[in-house]
Amino acid sequence: MSAVFEVERLSKAFGGLAVTQAVSLAMAPGDRVALIGPNGAGKTTFVNLVTGHLKPDSGVVRLAGDQINGMKAMQRVQRGLVRSFQVTRLFPEMTPREHLALAVLQRQGRTGRLYGTFWSMPEVLEESEALLRTLGLEAAADRKVAEIAYGQQRLLEIAFALALRPKVLLLDEPAAGVPQSETPRIEAALAGLPADLAVLMIEHDMDLVFRFAKRVIVLAAGTIIFDGAPGDVTKDARVREAYLGSYADDRSVA
Amino acid sequence: MDANHPASLAEQVARPPFSASADWIGLAAILAAAIIGYLLFPNNLALLTRVIGIVMLVLSIDLVTGFCGVATLGHAALFGAGAYAAGIAAAHFGITDPIAMIAAGAAGGAVAGLISGLVVLLGHGLGQLVLSIAIVNLFHEAANKAASWTGGSDGLTDIAPSPLFGVFAFDLWGRTAYGLGIALLVIVFFLLQRLSRSPFGMLCRGIRQDPIRVAAMGASVRKTLLKMYIISGVVAGVGGGLNAISTQVVGLDSLSFTLSAQALVMLVLGGTGSLYGAIIGTFVVMLFEDFVSAANPFHWLTIMGALLVGVVLFAPRGIFGTAAQLFDQWRRR
Repeated sequence: MSAVFEVERLSKAFGGLAVTQAVSLAMAPGDRVALIGPNGAGKTTFVNLVTGHLKPDSGVVRLAGDQINGMKAMQRVQRGLVRSFQVTRLFPEMTPREHLALAVLQRQGRTGRLYGTFWSMPEVLEESEALLRTLGLEAAADRKVAEIAYGQQRLLEIAFALALRPKVLLLDEPAAGVPQSETPRIEAALAGLPADLAVLMIEHDMDLVFRFAKRVIVLAAGTIIFDGAPGDVTKDARVREAYLGSYADDRSVA
Repeated sequence: MDANHPASLAEQVARPPFSASADWIGLAAILAAAIIGYLLFPNNLALLTRVIGIVMLVLSIDLVTGFCGVATLGHAALFGAGAYAAGIAAAHFGITDPIAMIAAGAAGGAVAGLISGLVVLLGHGLGQLVLSIAIVNLFHEAANKAASWTGGSDGLTDIAPSPLFGVFAFDLWGRTAYGLGIALLVIVFFLLQRLSRSPFGMLCRGIRQDPIRVAAMGASVRKTLLKMYIISGVVAGVGGGLNAISTQVVGLDSLSFTLSAQALVMLVLGGTGSLYGAIIGTFVVMLFEDFVSAANPFHWLTIMGALLVGVVLFAPRGIFGTAAQLFDQWRRR
């Protein structure tokens, strides 16, 4: 299948420090890729460069064949490049149902409307309801986000992104801060993501990475040092040296 | 819910957190208050009409501050622009039909809203506050310098509105102006209530709660805020226009930092983010000012200050916000 998301020789330096060096990758619809790397490897910078929050020094980003580096962050989202946040960014005084309705309205280009409410728009209500059900959020649907459990907020963060019907989804540590007892629900939500969606997940939790990803990319000091099957990543000498070294003794990965 | 009797499907259907009947009760309450005001103070209708004009200004601040989270200390620029637009239309262009004057006020307010928005939204947080003060001072100075149009520091006079609908003359008692004010308030309130629940209103509340999230869903924070600034200008401009019709004079004080700050205090006192709070806050402060300053001209500001400190300390959501919260807790019990 042809690539829906391509990054070509993306580079960025702050002062003299190259935080992203000629990073290239391509993803097809349905890909499940994990981006890992030690702290300071440049993962967050990479996401910010791709989403348009930082301006790269050089390189090309393509979405569905169209060059998007030069576009504003907002336009990239409208074209289908959607991200979630490492620390949930939700509207504390809104309910999950309101969040999803707002995202659906935004996707439909109707958030500029000055009259009517989504409560009288059956198709918006139905789509929100369907997403709430898919992620198991029905019970919390009409409570303010500030009052629901953090695990539910993480699920809502995923639902919110899905309501925008992205082509490419960047998940920034989707299970961060969630109690161990609730991570299975997050994993189930990740497993249930639409089959044709390309997903790039940044994650520290190696168990989650190995269960979720069909492909692992390792970033260290701003360059890709490994791009391949999860099974091979622990065997790679450079990865062991750069990243897994400290884990290798006390963690049974692979 | 009883576990043995699962709710039927009809009961499970989600309901909106507002109802049409509550809306009608709200409008009826405003009308009832208007009638009570008329009966209690038949000789003071001019004051009540002025209060209604300021209510529009406070509602207008609520739109950008309470709904969108943009702090402003210069919103009288929008109100004053509306007042001058209506006044200039009447005094210089012979447009004395009150409805046309209100329309001129709305248009003037909208333009001032656009200009203020363009400038204020260049900043963030404290910067926005400073820019808003700069804007109202610039408007004030411009009106002062353009004395041939605005009357400068003497104020704009020669505003003689013709009878409303050709029938109701603006008499000395201010009955017509009061009626016009109440009608405008009801219309504005009805429309703003709809606006606050519309997709646009939701997006604005989203911006106040997390602008980065709004941008990450592909919406333009700046464009949305600018649009709200223009709407806010229309509302303030209607209030300014009403003031010009009712007092038949427009002074530089309508474009002042002082008025901007007082209006913000009224909003905070009544409760930000709710339309009722804006109305209640304005009435409480202005009527309080009128009565207490008459009863105790030396200490009324002290009393006012103490009241404000009390509200901020003990009822940080404002009079209406705190009352609504208490009512909610009582109902949940």
